[in-house]
Amino acid sequence: MKPKNQRLVLLALALVAVLGAVLLAMSAMRDQAAFFYAPGDVARKGLPLDRAVRIGGMVRQGSIRRHPDGITIDFLVGDDTAETIPVRFTGITPELFRENSGVVAEGRFQSDGRFVASEILAKHDENYVPPQLAAEGRHKTETLE
Amino acid sequence: MIAEAGLAALWLAAALSLLQLFLGTAALREGGEAMLRVVRPVAVAQGVLAGLSFLFLIWLFLRTDLSVQLVAANSHSAKPWLYKFAGAWGNHEGSMLLWVTVLAVAGAAVALFERRLKQNTLIATLAAQAAIGLGFYAFLLFASNPFTRLSPVPVEGNGLNPLLQDPGLAFHPPTLYFGYVGISIAFSFAVGALVTRDVGPDFARAMRPWVLAAWIFLTLGITAGSYWAYYELGWGGWWFWDPVENASLMPWLAATALLHSVTVLATRDGLRAWTVMLAVVAFSMSMIGTFLVRSGILTSVHAFAVDPRRGAFILVLLFLYIGGALLLYGLRVGTVKEGSRFDFISREGALVVNNLLLTVILGVVLFGTIYPLVTEAFGEKLSIGPPYFNAAAGPVALILVVFMGAGAMLRWRSDRARELIGRLAIPVLITACALLLVVLLAPGIRILPLFGLVLAAGVGAASIAPLWKRNLRRTPLFIWGMVVAHLGIAVALAGMASEAAFTKETLIAARPGQTMGVGPYSVRFDSVEPVAGPNWTAVEARLTARRGEGSPFALRPQARMFSSPPTPTSEAAIVTVLDGQLYVAIGESDDQGRWQLRLWWKPAVTLIWLGGFMVAFGGLLALLGRVRRERRSARRLEEALA
Repeated sequence: MKPKNQRLVLLALALVAVLGAVLLAMSAMRDQAAFFYAPGDVARKGLPLDRAVRIGGMVRQGSIRRHPDGITIDFLVGDDTAETIPVRFTGITPELFRENSGVVAEGRFQSDGRFVASEILAKHDENYVPPQLAAEGRHKTETLE
Repeated sequence: MIAEAGLAALWLAAALSLLQLFLGTAALREGGEAMLRVVRPVAVAQGVLAGLSFLFLIWLFLRTDLSVQLVAANSHSAKPWLYKFAGAWGNHEGSMLLWVTVLAVAGAAVALFERRLKQNTLIATLAAQAAIGLGFYAFLLFASNPFTRLSPVPVEGNGLNPLLQDPGLAFHPPTLYFGYVGISIAFSFAVGALVTRDVGPDFARAMRPWVLAAWIFLTLGITAGSYWAYYELGWGGWWFWDPVENASLMPWLAATALLHSVTVLATRDGLRAWTVMLAVVAFSMSMIGTFLVRSGILTSVHAFAVDPRRGAFILVLLFLYIGGALLLYGLRVGTVKEGSRFDFISREGALVVNNLLLTVILGVVLFGTIYPLVTEAFGEKLSIGPPYFNAAAGPVALILVVFMGAGAMLRWRSDRARELIGRLAIPVLITACALLLVVLLAPGIRILPLFGLVLAAGVGAASIAPLWKRNLRRTPLFIWGMVVAHLGIAVALAGMASEAAFTKETLIAARPGQTMGVGPYSVRFDSVEPVAGPNWTAVEARLTARRGEGSPFALRPQARMFSSPPTPTSEAAIVTVLDGQLYVAIGESDDQGRWQLRLWWKPAVTLIWLGGFMVAFGGLLALLGRVRRERRSARRLEEALA
């Protein structure tokens, strides 16, 4: 094949590549339409049962309950709505995980509405607030000092 | 006085960059020999002054001079000296000063060592580098001054984020910045060549070593950062698709594409306009990354301070430089002549595919990183996480790896498909064997790790193929470089796939005296002891691990409490053996005297970073090979003339 104007062919290929990237991105986006859920979102959007998602909010005061096995905990994540998400997590919680403080967890919802977290994301400092919450003014930053 | 000296050096460097820009432009307009001769020394002086200013900042940190606001806010007299030293760039202002210093030093290096570029183009390149510098000097001096004094002087500093108190801080940011900001040279070269209409093989040959050098540092910096996150954050992952990581990955993707297209331009005089475009894109990605990380719109260990004015400042610079370069490109690309043609089944053809696929990955990552920020600006919250990136970028990356293996076997200009199939026979055979082996030994393996392992075997074999039938002692160094770098990709891929497929985890709340198993190891939990370091105290678990009848070894994970600022961190204990790593982290204790322990056996995980270092080392070999060949041909030319 000897294209008459190779430059045009290359240009077309580049356009196809960029278009391909956009299409790929769009389809991957649709598959995980929303990745982040706040407690209020669950009631509104319904339970995403088919995929791994992140949830975020504040750990409710007095809601942390430890299981006898020593490594599983249950707790409630709430926001400024009346809704809460019951979360179960097996593993070592990050150092700054505590009641009344922001938390982001990755995992899957069960059909009964419980969220089984595979990971509780480490926060980088004690003032950390999930950006999704801070932006909505759902949380007033509290400091340790 | 040190702070004032640092500030003065910074102002002088900024003034010199203005002078450099002015002299460069004037010299290009009027072509005065005299002006041409001063641009080089001015660029060198600017680099020296910026470097000095940075050294002054390090000095302030080493002395813990608390009358300087930055030191008081980010350092502490009781910190070990290494973290006082490296803490100089463990904060917003200091890291931006490092950024600008690397930019100026890179410009100075070009002024000192670049001898092949046409003088006009070199002057234009230095002027472009000075123009970039000017904006970022302004950013430092007006919005992020690292030398501001503090009054009254506090008795003690606030200390450094304990997550950063790690030897990694001394290594990861400087190497990353040398690559990240060093790629600015490619940007300036591109602008210079567009201004003087000098895009061609000579220009490409001059630019190639600089791109290679920046790319080596970038590869090292990303690899080191990945390992640091892996052992310091204690979640056992090595890549999180965090926007900050993406900010370093995007320039790397563009620079990798550029590295390959610049070779086409240098060897075969093809892909002229495209190469120039990539050079502009690569550093644009660095600037976008800087904006993401330094503007405070992300919450991360890398984002030190939230100040919306800073974000707006960098955003303006971003639009000025990227917009300016693209405008120049649009105006001048018509004057770039079409390069030589080539068949699609050829080395050039494969490199075009490499470039297209890298561009697709870059587009996917860029989209996933920027899109949530854009929608947020319009009031809609949206979060994009690892599932998106894995689904969209993963398969493309695997296809790219296949082309990498096959492409290196193709001849330049034109090749026959039938011959290529013949050459591919052995790698394909090895791929098939690997497939059989993996399916037999690990029947339940998921699809992506399966592909990863099998392709790693085949591509590993294919990447050695360029050495077949060659006299190994006479093989040029840059061929070795390509082989080692491609093999490194296969090695890293094998590590990633193995980590994803075969990691074993044990989570347990255990009492001292208890024994547990993880993978092939049995681990005994002996005791818990209090220990203390220079600025922390910790509880340390003592464990003894043993594999079958092998000799036992100790593991000592810690839960640390730093005193300034008071922050708990977890220090995992990691033992590397020939075929993987044993990784143990300690959690909390409960009222029954039990301690939470998390144990991982990660077979072959070390290959991920070994592969990364091989890629960088391959780059180094290629760089040495090119420089050596050039020296030799220069000598020959001299001899011929004499």
